[in-house]
Amino acid sequence: MDINDIIMGKPGEKLFMLGNEAAVRAVIESGISVAATYPGTPSSEIGDILSKVAKDAGIYFEFSVNEKVAMEVAAAASLSGVRSFAFMKHVGLNVASDSFISIPYVTVNGGMVILSADDPSMFSSQNEQDNRHYARLANVPLLEPSNPQEIKDYMKLAFELSEKYNIPIIVRTTTRVSHMRGVVELDECSKKDTANKKGRFEKNPSQYVPVPVNSMRMHKELVEKMADINEFTNNSELNKFYYKNDEVFNFSFNNELGIISSGSSFNYAYDVINDLNLDVPILKLGFTYPFPDDIVLNFIKDLDKVLIAEEVDPIMESEVLRIVGRNNLNVEVKGKLDESLPMTYEYNQDILQNAISTILNLNLPDKKVRTADMELPNRPPTLCPGCPHRSTYYAVKKAIKNLNIDEKDVIFPSDIGCYTLGIESPYKTVDLVLAMGASVGSSCGFSKATNQKIMSFLGDSTFFHSGIPPLINAVHNNHKFVLTVLDNRITAMTGGQPNPGLPLDGMGNEAPQISIEEIAHACGVDFVETVNPEVLKKTVSVYEKAIKHDGVAVVVSRHPCTLIQKRSSKRAKIQIDSKKCVKCNECIGEFACPAIYKNKGEVLIDQSLCVKCAVCVQLCENKAIASRM
Amino acid sequence: MVGFDDNGLTYNIYICGVGGQGIIKTSMVIGEASISDEINVSMSEIHGMSQRGGVVSTELKIGDVHSSIIPNGDADILLAFEPVEAVRALNKVNKNTYIIFNTSPIIPSTIFVNNQRYPNLDDIILELENSSDFVFPIAAEKIALDAGHILSLNMVMLGAACAVDSFPISKDAIVESMKNNLPEKSIDINFNAFNQGFESIV
Repeated sequence: MDINDIIMGKPGEKLFMLGNEAAVRAVIESGISVAATYPGTPSSEIGDILSKVAKDAGIYFEFSVNEKVAMEVAAAASLSGVRSFAFMKHVGLNVASDSFISIPYVTVNGGMVILSADDPSMFSSQNEQDNRHYARLANVPLLEPSNPQEIKDYMKLAFELSEKYNIPIIVRTTTRVSHMRGVVELDECSKKDTANKKGRFEKNPSQYVPVPVNSMRMHKELVEKMADINEFTNNSELNKFYYKNDEVFNFSFNNELGIISSGSSFNYAYDVINDLNLDVPILKLGFTYPFPDDIVLNFIKDLDKVLIAEEVDPIMESEVLRIVGRNNLNVEVKGKLDESLPMTYEYNQDILQNAISTILNLNLPDKKVRTADMELPNRPPTLCPGCPHRSTYYAVKKAIKNLNIDEKDVIFPSDIGCYTLGIESPYKTVDLVLAMGASVGSSCGFSKATNQKIMSFLGDSTFFHSGIPPLINAVHNNHKFVLTVLDNRITAMTGGQPNPGLPLDGMGNEAPQISIEEIAHACGVDFVETVNPEVLKKTVSVYEKAIKHDGVAVVVSRHPCTLIQKRSSKRAKIQIDSKKCVKCNECIGEFACPAIYKNKGEVLIDQSLCVKCAVCVQLCENKAIASRM
Repeated sequence: MVGFDDNGLTYNIYICGVGGQGIIKTSMVIGEASISDEINVSMSEIHGMSQRGGVVSTELKIGDVHSSIIPNGDADILLAFEPVEAVRALNKVNKNTYIIFNTSPIIPSTIFVNNQRYPNLDDIILELENSSDFVFPIAAEKIALDAGHILSLNMVMLGAACAVDSFPISKDAIVESMKNNLPEKSIDINFNAFNQGFESIV
């Protein structure tokens, strides 16, 4: 599939689309005007694709400085009467939550959809929070698609609903839905004149300004509105019944077991029932908040048992228990709370099959699955060969050593990015991670609560995202630490998106670049130095000064990400002279570049991996490593 | 349908290896070919931090399915681009799974720091043969180089998978899908690699 097919694809055409690609097609078919995000896996590809196709699709798209700003950009667009889309990973909604929770109070005009991509099993996240809670927290309707086709269909419906009820709608995906590829049948794209159009904001302070006198009224209106929407969910076509492998239009079943499911869990449940040909009806809920009580009540009232299959928290299960209690039903509710299903991590077909088979006493034959007897080397992600973060970490540790400071007495608060890989041996430069920007805020706390040295790290994009207010805090409150901004000129971890430090915006247009050094100065930092981490000696000496500085020191360690800026292949080959090599292991054990390895006692360079950054040449005290033409 | 497993419903292909080997592209080619053969297909891709030397895997379920993760022991083909990654995926394998794997190892760079060792190839083959009766080691790296470029390794592997009798998608559809998914300038090398991969199993 070509990326242009996402815009150019004709109605009726079937494409093999990633969930995230289907989301982009959905906004094009829906004729939105404005989209904003901060990159985060598993939603990153939506932004990557929009940044390439937005212009042609007549959409304004931006990588906002953080998720909160993205949310505010989309909200203002909607209030101006055009359709808007904000999307982010689950923890991104935490950042955006302050504004997000006010949006249903002030209402929306143009359809506003928020896609929250949750990450059960934490493939690339610090937690596996279940963002369906946010629908309840904010009083906002929530849809849960199970596959790419449904992402497109649900999002289109969400824009319509949002306009009908003047409320933002959350579409909650998970990694397995966002990163699932499936057959997606395209529909008509919205006519060009609806997209790209400017709206107009009509003043209405009593509606848009939630000062207490207004918000008192707003909350009541919101609660009433959600009651109306509940009528809708109870009749929504997104809530479907499946029996004997087909969609059916019954509402109640007199079976031993029924299953209520949403999202990815539905897929597994369906495949288990299908594979085993079981007499078990499934209620698939696509519109899960406000919870469709009537549908659920009808479905469960004549069942003996109902299994609730959902990822991650027992949210629908608690709703079902509430319905059972209120209606005095004699139905056994199975799920996470009774330990029929696990409380953590994503599900799969095996997990659902075990649960169903236990409930129904199926006594299925044991699958003869064996795992390897041999021990396998693991393959953790590592900093790439030529990664500037490795050189920075090496220099920092060298400076600590040169000043005779025990590394155990240095705290390394860190942040979210590739550089979190510094947690691994031999770097061990990550002692605490909380959230974006928390390296700086936690350094403030350590600075007052301990007498330890504090050296914290965050990336360029993370600095802009949420590193600046805590830096102001640090200076104003007289904290003392060394903050390194690892400026690799890109948002690398999520695949290479631009950030405000670059002369390029999210649609590929030229943009003013914001200087990290000038911000640090403006925050009142009196020690601001910039180093090229590939110039080792200078970098080490700057860190020695920074550590001795009494106050907040900012070191901007600037070198482009090696994946983004390929080096010239004409540079001289780096080789190790085995006669000079004393096998001190400094390069292999302390610097630990993936391109340097040991074979039969000899230290060698893998030329297929080496990018010739030549940092190892500088660190070898015996001059055994050298560039040779 | 020919080639589908006992219940006649689904055909499962598990593809794994290391970042940069062209695994996602290979899976795309299969998926789109499946659509043009009018067979439903669902695929899951996990590539968190794959550019940084990590494991990449995709799962393709072809047929009447909703989910995209292959249950334990249910793979019809395990297509491993790297020997150790084949062993790591054994939980997806049963006695009748075709295990096709590239014999060239990619040694994890952390092996020294973590004090681990890379198993030797004979032990790997033995391990795989304990799990399945259909193990096909192929020197995909050499075949790819012979075909014209190391990066055609993924098409060598695809060719080999295509040669499995039960493979549910027509060779014509695969070839057409290759044309749609691969750069025009390297298409001849890729076809060459694909054909040699195909021959290596037949």
